Amino acid sequence: MSKFLELTTALLLISTFAHADGLGLGRDALPEEIAAWDKDVSPDGTGLPEGSGDALTGEEVFADKCAACHGDFAEGIGNWPKLAGGWGTLDREDPVKTVGSYWPYLSTTWDYINRSMPFGDAQSLEPDEVYAIVAYILYSNDLVDDDFELSHENFAGFEMPNAEGFIVDDRIETEFPKWVGEPCMENCKDEVEVTMRAMVLDVTPQVESGEAESPSPAAADTADEAMAEPAEPVEEHIAAIDPALIAAGEKVFRKCKACHLVGDGAKNRVGPVLTDIMGKPAGQVEGFNYSSALADMADEGLVWSAENLKAFLTNPKSFIAGTKMSFVGLRKDAELDAITAYLTSLAR
Amino acid sequence: MTNRTSRRSFLAKGLATGAAATVAGSANSATSDPLITEVQPWAQGLGDGVDATPYGLPIEYEADVIRRNVDWLTADTISSVNFTPIHALDGTITPQGCAFERHHSGAIELRKEDYRLMINGLVDRPLVFTYADLERFPRQNHVYFCECAANSGMEWAGAQLNGAQFTHGMIHNMEYTGVSLRTILEEAGLGAAGDLAGKWVYVEGADASSNGRSIPMEKALDDVLVAFKANGEALRKEHGYPVRLVVPGWEGNMWIKWIRRIEVMDGPVESREETSKYTDTLADGISRKWTWAMDAKSVVTSPSPQSPITHGKGPLVITGLAWSGRGAITRVDVSRDGGKTWETARLAKPGERMAVSRFYLDTDWDGEEMFLQSRAMDETGYVQPTKTQLRDVRGLNSIYHNNGIQTWWVRPDGKAENVEVS
Repeated sequence: MSKFLELTTALLLISTFAHADGLGLGRDALPEEIAAWDKDVSPDGTGLPEGSGDALTGEEVFADKCAACHGDFAEGIGNWPKLAGGWGTLDREDPVKTVGSYWPYLSTTWDYINRSMPFGDAQSLEPDEVYAIVAYILYSNDLVDDDFELSHENFAGFEMPNAEGFIVDDRIETEFPKWVGEPCMENCKDEVEVTMRAMVLDVTPQVESGEAESPSPAAADTADEAMAEPAEPVEEHIAAIDPALIAAGEKVFRKCKACHLVGDGAKNRVGPVLTDIMGKPAGQVEGFNYSSALADMADEGLVWSAENLKAFLTNPKSFIAGTKMSFVGLRKDAELDAITAYLTSLAR
Repeated sequence: MTNRTSRRSFLAKGLATGAAATVAGSANSATSDPLITEVQPWAQGLGDGVDATPYGLPIEYEADVIRRNVDWLTADTISSVNFTPIHALDGTITPQGCAFERHHSGAIELRKEDYRLMINGLVDRPLVFTYADLERFPRQNHVYFCECAANSGMEWAGAQLNGAQFTHGMIHNMEYTGVSLRTILEEAGLGAAGDLAGKWVYVEGADASSNGRSIPMEKALDDVLVAFKANGEALRKEHGYPVRLVVPGWEGNMWIKWIRRIEVMDGPVESREETSKYTDTLADGISRKWTWAMDAKSVVTSPSPQSPITHGKGPLVITGLAWSGRGAITRVDVSRDGGKTWETARLAKPGERMAVSRFYLDTDWDGEEMFLQSRAMDETGYVQPTKTQLRDVRGLNSIYHNNGIQTWWVRPDGKAENVEVS
C-alpha cells in the first residue's frame, strides 16, 4: 500500500497521529442511526443481514424490478449494463465485463443492488429479494443451477470466476522506469504520418438542426434511438403552447427518462411510454402492467387532463395511493407547467 | 429544442469574425473603422443598473462556453458525464458553472439543514456532525484538480472525438475551502483502530447511487479535505452541495459528493466503483485495481478543433493545461511537428502540487500545417508518455487513466483536427 507514498512518509504520518481530545464538536451517533446507514458489505460477507433467496424467485423479482433496463436474461438493454455473459472476453477486443465475467467478489453485487438499485427506486428491496436477485444473476451466468438458494450462511463460500483476475496498481514498477529522465528535444523521429483521424469516425456531437448524427459503432442501441427524437408537434392546439415552455418541459422530463420513454418506437420500461397520454383516459398504454390502484382510478374514469397530471405529479403517492411510481414528485409550479406543456406537445 | 450554438456554426462564425477582424483591425487598413469613427450605442446610452442580475451569469456573447455531453456514451443523462469547455477557458481556475459533471443517480438537492455526516467503524466515538458543526473546525484553502479516471478514455483505440472539450474535458480545477479529514477523524478518535497501517476509510455519498470508495489510511490522514466551498462560494448542486470529499491527485470518482458517512475499517469494501468500474484491464485480461493516482498529463487547449486559428500567420499564442496527481508540474514541452522537435513552453506560474498549470508558447506561425503536441513533466521526473508507449504496456482495453500525448493537426486555414500520428 506504500506504493503511492514514500514508505517513510507513510510511517511518519501514522506515527505522528495525535490522539487528541478534539474540539468536542458533533454528537454521538446512535446505534439505530449507524444501523440505518452502515449497510456496506465486505468480501467476507461482513455486513450481510440474515436472509435467503433462490434463483427461481429471483427470476420473478428480476423481471419485475430489473429487466426493464437489464433485460429478462440480464443481457442488458441498449447501453444499460449487461450482467451476464462475456466469459473469456477480457483479453479480447472490447471485453464484455459482467458480474459473471469480471466482478471479483459476490459481495459487490449484493451490496450494490441492496443500496443503489433499482435505478430510481434505490433501497426499496427487502434482504430476501436481494438474495434472490443475486442468486438469479448467478444463474443467468451459468454459475449455479436454478434451484440454488443464496443466504447469509453460504454467501462467504462463493468464489467468483474472475477473483484472481486483478493485480494491485503496479504503474510505479512497470511504467515509471520507462518514462522518467530528460526527454528527447531534437530529431526524435524520422517521419510523422497521420495514422488515424477523428473526422473519419465522425462521432463528435453536432447540435445543428436537421443534421443526422453518426451513431457510435459501440453504442446507440435501440433504447437510445427510441429516446432520441420526440414526435414533432403538428396539431394546431399544440402550436399555441409557448415553445420555451415545451423546451423547459423537455428538461424537466430528464427526471422521468430513467423509467419513461417517449417518441416513435418507444417501449415501456419501468414506467409506460408517455408519448400520447395527455387528454386521454389513464391506464391505456398498451402492454404496460399498471398498479391496481391506477387501474381502479382509470376504471372510474380518470383522464390525464393538465389538472389531473399536475395533481398526480405534485404528490404521486397521495393522488394515487398504491401507485408503482416511485417518483417523489415535482415541487415547483413552473416545473409542473413545463412538463405538462412538454407532454401535451408530444400528443398525436 | 435547445438553442445551443452548434460547434460547426460556431466555428464558421469564428472564422468569419476572424477574417473581418483581420481587415478591420489591421494597422494597415486603408479605410477607417466605423467602430471608432462612429458613436456606438453603448457609448451613448445607458447600461444595466446594478441589480439587473443579482447573481451574474456570463454575457450572452459567451453562450457557447458551456458544458457539453456525448449522447452515445451513456444510456441516460442521470448516470452520465459532461465535459468542461477547456478549449475556451484560460488561466487555471475552472468556473463552477461550466465545470464538468459526473453523476451516478443524478444531482440531488440536499439542504444544509438536512445534511448529516456520520463517522463510524473503528473509532473511539462514533459521531454525527451537522453542516454547522463542520464550519466550526479549523479550515484550509487549497487549489486542486479533479479529473475523472475516464478522461480521454474514448481515445484508447484511436482518435475519436474532435475537440479538447471532449477528449480532455473531464477535469476541473478549483480552490476548495474545507476541513482536513485528519482533523475530523481525530475528533472521533482512532485509538479503536489500533495499528493504523493497513487500515482504510470507506466514504459514501447521500444520493441514491450510494457511491462509496475505500481510501487507505495513509491518504486519509495526509491531504484529504471535507470541502464545502469552491472558488469562494458554496459548492454547486452538481458538485455535491453542501459537502463533498476532495482527494488531491486521485481519480475523481473518489471525490465523494454529498458525503454522508466515513467508516474506519480493517479492509477495503471492494464496492462496485472499485471493482467492476475504475479498474484497468490490460491486454492479457488481467486488470489493475487501486489505480488511484492520476499520472502527469497535458493538452493544448488552443489552437484545437473547437478553437481554430482565425488570424492567419504571424504571432500566435499556443496554450494549454498540464497537471499531475503525483506532485507539481515542473515543465511542459510543445512540438509543432508531431514530436520530431520540442520547445519548452512557459509556465504561467510555478507548478503547484495536484493543481493544474497553464502553459504558453508565444510563437510566430508561418501558416504551414502543424502537428501540435504537448508533453508534461512533474516533480517526480515522470515524462508524459505517447499513446503508443501507453498501449505497448496496457493494450487497448484499459478505459481509464489514458494520459497519452494528444496531437492536433492544424491546417494552413487554421482549422484543427484530432489525429494520431506515427
